[in-house]
Amino acid sequence: MPKLIKNQDIIDDNYQLLETAPAADQPLPEGNLLVPLTDWLENQQRYVNHQGSVGVWLDSHEEPELLAAQIQSLPVIAVNFPQFTDGRGYSIGRLLRERFGFLGELRAIGDVLRDQLFYMARCGFNAFAIRADRCIDDALNGLKDFSETYQAAVDQPQPLFRRRQMQAE
Amino acid sequence: MYIYDQYDQTIVDERVTQFREQTQRYLAGELADAEFLPLRLQNGLYIQRFAPMLRVAIPYGMVSSKQLRKLAEIARKYDKGYVHFSTRQNVQYNWPQLEQVPDILAELATVQMHAIQTSGNCIRNTTTDQFAGVAADEIVDPRPYCEIIRQWSTFHPEFAFLPRKFKIAVNAAKQDRAATLVHDIGLYLVKNEAGEIGFKVIVGGGLGRTPLIGTVIREFLPEQHLLSYLDAVLRVYNRYGRRDNKYKARIKILVKALGTELFTQKVEAEWEHIKDGATTLTQQEINRVTSHFSVPTYETLPATSQQLAQQLADDPNFNHWYQQNVNAHKVPGYSIVTFSLKPTGVAPGDVTDKQLEAAADLTDQYSFGEARVSHQQNLVLADVKQDDLYPLWQAAIQHGFATPNIGLLTDIICCPGGDFCALANAKSIPIAEAIQSRFDDLDYLHDIGELDLNISGCMNACGHHHVGHIGILGVDKKGEEFYQVQVGGNAGSDASLGKILGPSFAKEAVPGVIAKLLAVYVNQRTPEERFIDTYRRIGIKPFKEQVYAKAH
Repeated sequence: MPKLIKNQDIIDDNYQLLETAPAADQPLPEGNLLVPLTDWLENQQRYVNHQGSVGVWLDSHEEPELLAAQIQSLPVIAVNFPQFTDGRGYSIGRLLRERFGFLGELRAIGDVLRDQLFYMARCGFNAFAIRADRCIDDALNGLKDFSETYQAAVDQPQPLFRRRQMQAE
Repeated sequence: MYIYDQYDQTIVDERVTQFREQTQRYLAGELADAEFLPLRLQNGLYIQRFAPMLRVAIPYGMVSSKQLRKLAEIARKYDKGYVHFSTRQNVQYNWPQLEQVPDILAELATVQMHAIQTSGNCIRNTTTDQFAGVAADEIVDPRPYCEIIRQWSTFHPEFAFLPRKFKIAVNAAKQDRAATLVHDIGLYLVKNEAGEIGFKVIVGGGLGRTPLIGTVIREFLPEQHLLSYLDAVLRVYNRYGRRDNKYKARIKILVKALGTELFTQKVEAEWEHIKDGATTLTQQEINRVTSHFSVPTYETLPATSQQLAQQLADDPNFNHWYQQNVNAHKVPGYSIVTFSLKPTGVAPGDVTDKQLEAAADLTDQYSFGEARVSHQQNLVLADVKQDDLYPLWQAAIQHGFATPNIGLLTDIICCPGGDFCALANAKSIPIAEAIQSRFDDLDYLHDIGELDLNISGCMNACGHHHVGHIGILGVDKKGEEFYQVQVGGNAGSDASLGKILGPSFAKEAVPGVIAKLLAVYVNQRTPEERFIDTYRRIGIKPFKEQVYAKAH
């Protein structure tokens, strides 16, 4: 089974990612599924009776706003990074967590590499499907690049200037 | 100057460790070229024509004598004994070894310097007026806000992989000395009718392939909302800026595509959600950062020094230099001195290790141990007693800093061009030198007066050619270098973009073309007019006719 970094640990990935929606006349694969955003929005009935858990993945150009209404029903939301240089997913992560209050697993998928993990974690991602050709144990180290940060973000809602102040008081 | 506390130092030190480790993984073949590229760029490291190039940040241009000495030491130890001051208030080393870059960064960290985000598709070094804090026409000192932006932008997790590079400039004086209107975000510090400090927010300016003057999206942003508003602008850009074509990826293209009104609506809507969050600045934090830029212990002095008046009367060369390279200071008895890094025959902005050390000593002796770097690639000693100007001038002559050409034709803004830069289509340094050599008569230069001449070796416009009163752009024509000439650009608060004169010229013809442009100006000017004023009054036609007239 493929591996996943989740909550700073390496675990088995027990979700199957469906890159495209299965045809309407085909049965759904068994087990936990990650299905495309548009498919989930259009064909929710189809997933209601599914045996496994169903999560949604969206691409970097898609609008996380579309999930807002039903966000708490989702166990997993995955955001695709088509290239590691495509930074839209960072904004999507913050919006899902900070604006829409998503509390479940937020997973980075696609071109996910060690040197991006620290930023992703700050933007609310707590799970990382590391690119298949890379060592996941090595990637785990990427979460520890810095012990201190300036800005407010999901992992640290108080910017350093406010924490400095509290320290001084 | 801003002094790091333990948090700032920890972040910079951890960056050195991180980059050392990334470099090792790259050298071991564990990171592909394409993967290492954005990582090294975010640390200012380019792979250039001959060697890597390392760009070191001088945040908002402030540099201490201790830092100048460290830059000199690094130049000697790891490079060829000189550094280049760029048009972005940065310093560039042209010959470092890739393997040694982590060591250089470690040395920089010992004097609170770094190369963080000096390149790459992220928020770059924030720039400002080189006279910040001492200019008489200033509303408030912009440097604390620049430092607040520096901290906010450093390793901002959401904006480390933007569609393109992102540049912010802040100006607080009546005269805009920071080319604010041609930045991705330009901030003018202003006071409203109630006397509160805030920002006029300008977005979407920029040079390069599609030069544009920024547009105002907010007339007054109260200062405490600075960072959340920047977050909102950047978030809209990060989500909706184009990524399919790097030439159309800057925020100016997004602003243009959406229109200012819709773009502004999107930013304001985003900001509504975040405006009162924890990122809202506190007065305590503004005060804390401001206290680092406290006023030096100035002496109480008469407004004008008798001694200086006598020296100016006695020594015409000193007088010349004083007129050109010295500016008024807001404190009585003090002056702002600009060291010219543009003597003829030296690449504009290049300084040797020995010169850096001499500048450090003079800074200690005459200007409270601090200097500034200007985007015009000169070095500023901002707090010099008028009584000290004469000995400082004499020392500046010895070290090659006293060319009395600040603001004149030979004070050329010039990118490194084809001699160093892998992107360039043409050389720019030899063009600057040819122009400096042709116009070496000081009386003539003074007669011509204020004139910005900017040279870029390619469309990326690092030499800001679009906003030069005269701008020169190197172009490639079937493998040969030619030069396109523009007139009418200006970088100030009445910013304008230059217009192309006509067909480009061979290298040898350029100084002659400049001479013809100047001749039109001299013939047509009114006594008060600068070159740019005459151009604005008479238009491009007379210049064009003179330059392209057939020889009789």
